[in-house]
Amino acid sequence: MRPRTWIALLVALLVAALAGLALGPVSLAPGTVWSALFGNGDANAIAIVQTLRLPRIALGIVIGAGLGVSGAALQATLRNPLAEPYLLGVSGGAAVGAVTAVALHFTSLAVLPIAAFAGAALAVTLVLLVARAAGARGDPRVLLMAGVVVGAFANAAVMVLLAGAPGDTVRGALWWMMGSLSDATWQGTRWIAVYVVIGGTLLLALGREIELLALGEDPAAALGVDVERATRRVYLAASLLAAVTVAGAGLVGFVGLVVPAIVRALGARSVRSVMLGAAIAGGALVVAADVVARTVRAPAELPLGAVTALIGVPFFLSRLRRMT
Amino acid sequence: MIRFDDVVLRYASATRPAVNGVSLDAPRGAITAIVGPNGSGKSTLVRALLGRLVPERGTISLDGIPIQTLSRLEAARRVALVPQREEPAFPLVVRDFIALGRYAHGGVWSGETVDDRAAIASAAQRAGVNEYLGRRTVELSGGEWQRVRIARALAQGGDALVLDEPTAFLDVAHEMAVFELLDALAREGRAVLLVSHQLNLVARFATRIALLHAGALAAFGTPDDVMRGDLLEQVYEWPLVVSRDPAVGAPVLVPLRHRAPR
Repeated sequence: MRPRTWIALLVALLVAALAGLALGPVSLAPGTVWSALFGNGDANAIAIVQTLRLPRIALGIVIGAGLGVSGAALQATLRNPLAEPYLLGVSGGAAVGAVTAVALHFTSLAVLPIAAFAGAALAVTLVLLVARAAGARGDPRVLLMAGVVVGAFANAAVMVLLAGAPGDTVRGALWWMMGSLSDATWQGTRWIAVYVVIGGTLLLALGREIELLALGEDPAAALGVDVERATRRVYLAASLLAAVTVAGAGLVGFVGLVVPAIVRALGARSVRSVMLGAAIAGGALVVAADVVARTVRAPAELPLGAVTALIGVPFFLSRLRRMT
Repeated sequence: MIRFDDVVLRYASATRPAVNGVSLDAPRGAITAIVGPNGSGKSTLVRALLGRLVPERGTISLDGIPIQTLSRLEAARRVALVPQREEPAFPLVVRDFIALGRYAHGGVWSGETVDDRAAIASAAQRAGVNEYLGRRTVELSGGEWQRVRIARALAQGGDALVLDEPTAFLDVAHEMAVFELLDALAREGRAVLLVSHQLNLVARFATRIALLHAGALAAFGTPDDVMRGDLLEQVYEWPLVVSRDPAVGAPVLVPLRHRAPR
């Protein structure tokens, strides 16, 4: 990717972040936002910018980056441009893990991602076993069907877990399952960021292996990759990223699908540059989608996952049509 | 260099082994060919070289070292291999594709070294792909694509080159160009192990031919030893004659029609 494309991606992220600071149920002028960022001016504006919107944007960037990198790695490793954590049921598995942890009163964002990770790892294993049993791990349609089935099962499991919970808890959990950044805090975002950096670094370190796995298993082995080991590591690291995003913001689908495709279309060649580009573009997309979620029906808020799905589903259908 | 010793290979769910007690070797400085009907176990031997199948019995070794004791990286530094089928999930620029051959020589975060660049340039030159280094893999014709894959194997280096049907779908000129290149590489001292259906070309270029039949070795020897009408007719279950072509000085197989043409 050319330097100016990288700069354009960073500018897109900056614009989305500035829009996120200025827009919402209360719109603030750019000058007010600027002063409030440095603790000057109206106390209300300072509270809105520093306490409500800034952590929300930070969380959006971290979540988007995690989803983008995870999607880019899964697409290359599975050799499937439609692969992404949500459609593969990995996010659903993470939701089961997270809800189970909450039901057992583990609600800290230091612990929640680990429970979500256990659920995600279980889901990805199930999806691959189902696809392998169908005899076509490489067939994108079989893999996605397996993902949808495991995702549906995960949804059902979450509902069963919530069956005995009080009404408020159920409503909260359902809202969270549709994706939202509304509970963003600095402390929570820091934990999520730590996990995203760990997962992202692991996947970047596996970049050369992922590049070769995208050629197919036999060519990758011929070039020196221990296919089983490398694939397992990619799934684990990508599941960790997906799980962390679920713990931090619930189910936000399709970001991992859309963003790597955009970055490839912008000219990213190596898997590592696709992953890095997808991290930036993912952050921009989630923050922008959150601005839409907050402003379209203000003061009511749309679920973030609904906004990303409205963008992602037409995109998915156009890709599917091109593939078949 | 590459040696299969009494190797038995079986796929996970299969009742019968795909390869049953095969022994053969591919020395440096020669083309060794593996031929045989579809399903006779040729590609299974190649997959075993990749470590994708572990022998139930027998050993596969590289310079006397059993392949199971080598890591994939160590094996890839010794043997470059061009698998039968390959379709990148996302199109690559040809230069980037050839550079992937250098994986076994780099570290986790290392970029392209001077050695890498030299190996890539020399491989592209040898395989005759210099003119399309900037094109994308999806834009290549069948012949160009095979040459680019061979270029990647040359960039990978090592003393042995294994190719699984490298001339499938190629026209006569491209096919000959590939065989001439393999011949030159063998003359320079590489061990070339080739799986092919092109018996007549194999008979002209290979030093030794292994003929597989239903997973077992039906014959292993010089082209004159293996290119026998009675033997090939029995293995391929088709009437044929083998004669010696005076123009090329090698045995030539001609499959016959069941009924004489009118």
